[in-house]
Amino acid sequence: MLIRKNRRWKITGVRAMENKEKTEKKEKKEKIPRQAMPEQDPKERIHNFDEVPYGYNAELAMMEAKRCIQCKKPSCVAGCPVDVKIPEFIKLIAEGKFIEAAWKLKETNALPAVCGRVCPQEDQCEKVCILGKKDEPVAVGRLERFAADFEQDSGNIVIPEKESPTGKKIAVVGAGPAGLTIAGDLIKLGHEVTIFEALHKAGGVLIYGIPEFRLPKAIVDAEVNYLEKLGVKIVRNAAIGRLKTVDDLFAEGFHAVFLGVGAGAPVFMNIPGENLSGIYSANEYLTRSNLMKAYLFPEFDTPIVRGKNVAVIGGGNVAMDSVRTALRLGADNAYIIYRRTEVEMPARIEEVHHAKEEGVQFKLLHAPVEYIGDENGWVRQMKCIRMELGEPDASGRRSPIPIKGSEFIIDVDTVVVAIGTMANPVIQATTPGLEVNKRGYIVTKGETGETTREGVYAGGDIVTGSATVILAMGAGRQAAKAIHEHVMAKG
Amino acid sequence: MRSSCGRAFYKNEERCIIFRNHSQTIGDGALFKIVEKSFLQDIVVRMVIEAPEVARKRKPGQFIVLMIDEQGERIPLTIVDSDSEKGTLTIIFQIVGKTTAKLADMKVGDHILHVLGPLGHATEISNFGTAVVVGGGVGIGVAYPIAAALKKAGNKVISIIGARTKDILILEDEMKNVSDRLLVATDDGSYGFHGFVSAVLQNLIDSGEKIDIVFAIGPVPMMRVIANLTKPYGLKTIVSLNPIMVDATGMCGACRVAVGGKTKFGCVDGPEFDGHEVDFGLLMSRLRTYADQEKQAMENYRCESHGK
Repeated sequence: MLIRKNRRWKITGVRAMENKEKTEKKEKKEKIPRQAMPEQDPKERIHNFDEVPYGYNAELAMMEAKRCIQCKKPSCVAGCPVDVKIPEFIKLIAEGKFIEAAWKLKETNALPAVCGRVCPQEDQCEKVCILGKKDEPVAVGRLERFAADFEQDSGNIVIPEKESPTGKKIAVVGAGPAGLTIAGDLIKLGHEVTIFEALHKAGGVLIYGIPEFRLPKAIVDAEVNYLEKLGVKIVRNAAIGRLKTVDDLFAEGFHAVFLGVGAGAPVFMNIPGENLSGIYSANEYLTRSNLMKAYLFPEFDTPIVRGKNVAVIGGGNVAMDSVRTALRLGADNAYIIYRRTEVEMPARIEEVHHAKEEGVQFKLLHAPVEYIGDENGWVRQMKCIRMELGEPDASGRRSPIPIKGSEFIIDVDTVVVAIGTMANPVIQATTPGLEVNKRGYIVTKGETGETTREGVYAGGDIVTGSATVILAMGAGRQAAKAIHEHVMAKG
Repeated sequence: MRSSCGRAFYKNEERCIIFRNHSQTIGDGALFKIVEKSFLQDIVVRMVIEAPEVARKRKPGQFIVLMIDEQGERIPLTIVDSDSEKGTLTIIFQIVGKTTAKLADMKVGDHILHVLGPLGHATEISNFGTAVVVGGGVGIGVAYPIAAALKKAGNKVISIIGARTKDILILEDEMKNVSDRLLVATDDGSYGFHGFVSAVLQNLIDSGEKIDIVFAIGPVPMMRVIANLTKPYGLKTIVSLNPIMVDATGMCGACRVAVGGKTKFGCVDGPEFDGHEVDFGLLMSRLRTYADQEKQAMENYRCESHGK
């Protein structure tokens, strides 16, 4: 329903774009500029949870696709963690073969509709696009999204041929980006794949973390459905480490286990007052809103605090998702409190741009030092300190140094702490022989995802610490190859 | 924009019905059938649910999270008993809000959409010597499996159970069966000792009974009073906490509690903690976080049910 509604908007939005583009074309004649993606007006969109960009229509997509010069040795493919056949799928779009383009994508990417939306293309394929040297790169992400959406909307979803059954059973723990990718790869190779997911819904961070306005849940559901149609079995409400251990899985006859459980535990700053009511981890705030649909309370039963003055601590994508959620929940003032400057912010430029358009107030070179509550235990104020940048630290970014005596008070009634996550120890603690590093992440040998336990592989955030969807998918892809070799070698 | 209360929605009955149908058709998990249901008293319900894998794995002190339907919230409930052969779990809950009211309205044969468990650490059971198990109100349901496990481990078990009044006292016979001594208190004196369970414990201590460990499960104020009472005697006291939870797997931190000045997660570090270290004031204020929304949801649900 949501997709259909978006498409209606898409048409009106696109007409305006087309007219604009026609005039531009007359002026410039030959050179086609990078096509903008029509999106919801910021004044409108801060009052709804609908997706912000509408996506390309066919004309815009073909126009953009024609910009690709079809390099013989495409550096964009090398820039993609899952080796999407970029020039090939773009050529198909340019020729108007949209469904075929989607199938081409799916040869190497199980979740193109997701990646088209949330991948940091500017740091990957688009960064190395040859056009980008003199002009702007081809909008690979937007084209990927277009083709994948076209396929989903058409309902003409083709299930690829699978290899003949190998008789091998693989358990995948966690139905997030890494787990979904590896499941898609291994099922196609003829293995029997079962995903165990602790939550009641599959998708991991795509479902609980990334908001509807950035990644509609219908898109994720469709990608998960596709995997189930391929034959992947998904067991929900199954917390491995509690309901059963990794050893139990082997005892049940699984030949290999992949751990893609993410870096699920929230990090707090351990400053005074951090447990006051109204102070959330980003994980909780986003899970309430996205997974539990608290923004639709009371139609949905899970409540969420609809703060008027909301401070989000952090400068990453999760912080941007949180602060934009706060606006949509009715905040009058939504702040990003970040201890460095915009240059050091880990969030994607596009997300920062969207947040600014929507009226988020950026308080840079600021850090909270204390929260002050009322007599009922509710947060009412936040004491902040100003920072200045010193020498670069281990991450290469200039480290923030507090300026003595610069403390001041901001009135807040909701705070979201979005300063990162760490490893959840439940599985490691219940799996003997599984080595973890000092920070609790699983130790793997090289890129194969092989752990210190035979037959156990790991990938994604539980190995690297919080990273991106596409890197987790890349890890899933690598581990799939290694697991395939491992189980086949055992005969 | 939708108002924060969203009350207008429920005036529109047609949409409301659409939503209800929707909840019956969509569901992607295994379903958990209710096989027994009885009211232990007006607002306390005992329910037996099919959940074979959880039933096989579960240990005393652990809990489940359940979600009734697609629109539902996730709530934690302690497992009171299990039958691994039948593959069932027993839960006892008090109607305190919309979800528990809705659960209580479900019938034998109905299905709960999602059940996740067993969660949290099991109670650390060993032969302590003499163990006192204090249960208050619906907390007696949580105290029961602990008392049973303590008895099985060879402890002398003295149980103290209490309720506001005789009619709402639950599991008296069950507790009697797993205890060497059972002491009962009612606030109004309608049955047993006239007063709080804490006074019964104080009398027991004063009588010179050698006590090695105390387990206290019940309303937060009761647990606080018991912990304060035993502290001067250096009497180890374990409490089982019931903070608000969402995922209950250590992911969200909704359930954070302060124990010994450190932040702990009720779901993965608990649910049982050293009662002398717990900040009960913080627990109580955090439990009130959604009081307004809970009241609103309950009112809406009552109106909706009334119309049926």
